[in-house]
Amino acid sequence: MTTQFLTYIFVGATFALYIGIALWSRAKSTNDFYVAGKGVNPIANGMATAADWMSAASFLSMAGLIAFLGKDGSVYLMGWTGGYVLLALLLAPYLRKFGKFTVPDFIGERYYSKTARKLAVFCLIFISFTYIAGQMRGVGIVFSRFLEVDINTGVIVGMAIVFFYAVLGGMKGITYTQVAQYCVLIFAYLVPAIFISILMTGEPIPQIGFGSTLVDSQTYLLDKLDQVTKDLGFVAYTENVKSNIDIFCITAALMFGTAGLPHVIVRFFTVPNVAAARLSAGYALIFIALLYTTAPAVSAFARMNLIDSIQDQPYSTSPSWFKNWEEIGLIAWKDKNQDGKIQYSSGEALLKTKPKYLETRGSSGERALENEPDLTNENEIYIDRDIIVLANPEIAQLPGWVVALVAAGGLAAALSTAAGLLLVISSSVSHDLLKKTYMPNITEKQELKYARISAAIAIGIAGIFGIYPPAFVAQVVAFAFGLAAATFFPALFLGIFYKRLNKEGAIAGMIGGLVFTASYIIYFKFMNPATNNSEFWLMGISPEGIGSIGMLLNFFLALAISSVTSPPPQEISEMVDEIRSP
Amino acid sequence: MEENKKKYWQANLKIIFSLLLVWFLASFGFGILFSESLDEIQFGGFKLGFWFAQQGSIYVFVVIIFLYVWLMKRLDRKFSLLDKS
Repeated sequence: MTTQFLTYIFVGATFALYIGIALWSRAKSTNDFYVAGKGVNPIANGMATAADWMSAASFLSMAGLIAFLGKDGSVYLMGWTGGYVLLALLLAPYLRKFGKFTVPDFIGERYYSKTARKLAVFCLIFISFTYIAGQMRGVGIVFSRFLEVDINTGVIVGMAIVFFYAVLGGMKGITYTQVAQYCVLIFAYLVPAIFISILMTGEPIPQIGFGSTLVDSQTYLLDKLDQVTKDLGFVAYTENVKSNIDIFCITAALMFGTAGLPHVIVRFFTVPNVAAARLSAGYALIFIALLYTTAPAVSAFARMNLIDSIQDQPYSTSPSWFKNWEEIGLIAWKDKNQDGKIQYSSGEALLKTKPKYLETRGSSGERALENEPDLTNENEIYIDRDIIVLANPEIAQLPGWVVALVAAGGLAAALSTAAGLLLVISSSVSHDLLKKTYMPNITEKQELKYARISAAIAIGIAGIFGIYPPAFVAQVVAFAFGLAAATFFPALFLGIFYKRLNKEGAIAGMIGGLVFTASYIIYFKFMNPATNNSEFWLMGISPEGIGSIGMLLNFFLALAISSVTSPPPQEISEMVDEIRSP
Repeated sequence: MEENKKKYWQANLKIIFSLLLVWFLASFGFGILFSESLDEIQFGGFKLGFWFAQQGSIYVFVVIIFLYVWLMKRLDRKFSLLDKS
């Protein structure tokens, strides 16, 4: 059986499973639709949270990013897991005790203000759509590479599946589908990692293989990798390139941003009680850590394998995966020294970085490029980092069914996150904007209908993002985390831990954090990208890390303005007392 | 009763604070600020600072949350007992 046939079977079987679960778990009330009836077991919720959280970025892109960033890539590993400690200790139990449906719900009631609620809905929709665009691109990549269908067809199939279980089942359908998707994605991630670890180090556990010696050698994998990367002109794999302050701020922005992301927080509204919310955060992190501790091992194996399999190879005998990805446009080769062999080293291969292909072929049979070569270095290849996880099983020459499995896993990761995001968008529209603000007289049945309609519309918009990906997708990922850290985290944290905070302070803090963070990112990413380097950054902090400064600004404004305006009413103080005791 | 709630909240804050201290040390401390000095220590095939940045901090996070679950369960039990008496 061919790999492509196997991929159809795996993807088809998992899709059938998701649809089956959707039919079995239809939502009958708004309570079902928004928070799955608050009856989800903590372990199941832990798995659902893990699938919700681990997106196409975690599954497809992260290991690739780390493979090229080396130690600097640690910001993603620590940032995207450490946030769960904040969530478990500072937010989840209290927000569960509060016991309502959405994050803007808490902000609106705690700060007794419709303005605060609307501001929160605005931030939530902006953050969530930014995030969804990335998921849809992930679905497109998997479909086009492994099923050889058009990207647009792939996006439409993905939308149809999500539509089916999100609109029908709401949070209830999404939760149980996510449990299944977690199992698919973690299996798909671990199997190739274990295979490759055995091949390279003889150790079946990747986390141990990562620190072991290479097969038939006394040299540790990481020492060899340091040596090889240095020889090619890179900074050693286990050393930092970025400055400490930048690494510190990026990690902090990712951690506090994670803790403030509405689609993650809302998962803790679905468990039966406060103790279950705490426990559930622990399970979620175990399930996430399984992938996150494997990822850096995969990165190191992949970087080593990649160098071994292409360095100084003649193009004509280069491995088939190299040519397959070149056809898709995610690998390019420019034979700078005309020797017909592939040379990989530090520096950009091409001017203008991204390859633009011509219709013709070069002298070795490669796809000819419109780009001029960058002659300041000897590097001849362009590799899109997103392909590392998908290409890894092929690079390591694993059997076809492993490759097929990875494709199904990538789709599970992208679809589960997209569904979670769509749900928080639709519930914040139907619940916070309609029921609580503009149409307070609608019945529960009507609210449920509006929730379904807004989910359907949100899926449509997400699909358009997938088919016509905005050019800035990759640029704005920093937005989602930076903004969540600079807006939601302080408002939620102070709302629980500081009774004196009033609506004026909270609103000023959120607006201040939002405006500062957004303008910093827009300035460096869109208006003046030429100056986007440490020389011009504020205290050497990159746009990716600026959310942590935005967060400090939010805290400062909130506290300062609260202290000069009138304290919140008595019933708010009582409400805070209430959520503080489990 | 009010007194009791206050004590519960103080004890809760103490637990949160000490656990967050560990959280900070394992990630921002060992993984970033002192990472380079810790790299002097070799740990199997890893340099220790590198290990904390890409593996160790994550294991510590998991332990912190379960420790928190356990400590809070104990605290909840202690105070609900006091409520009854």
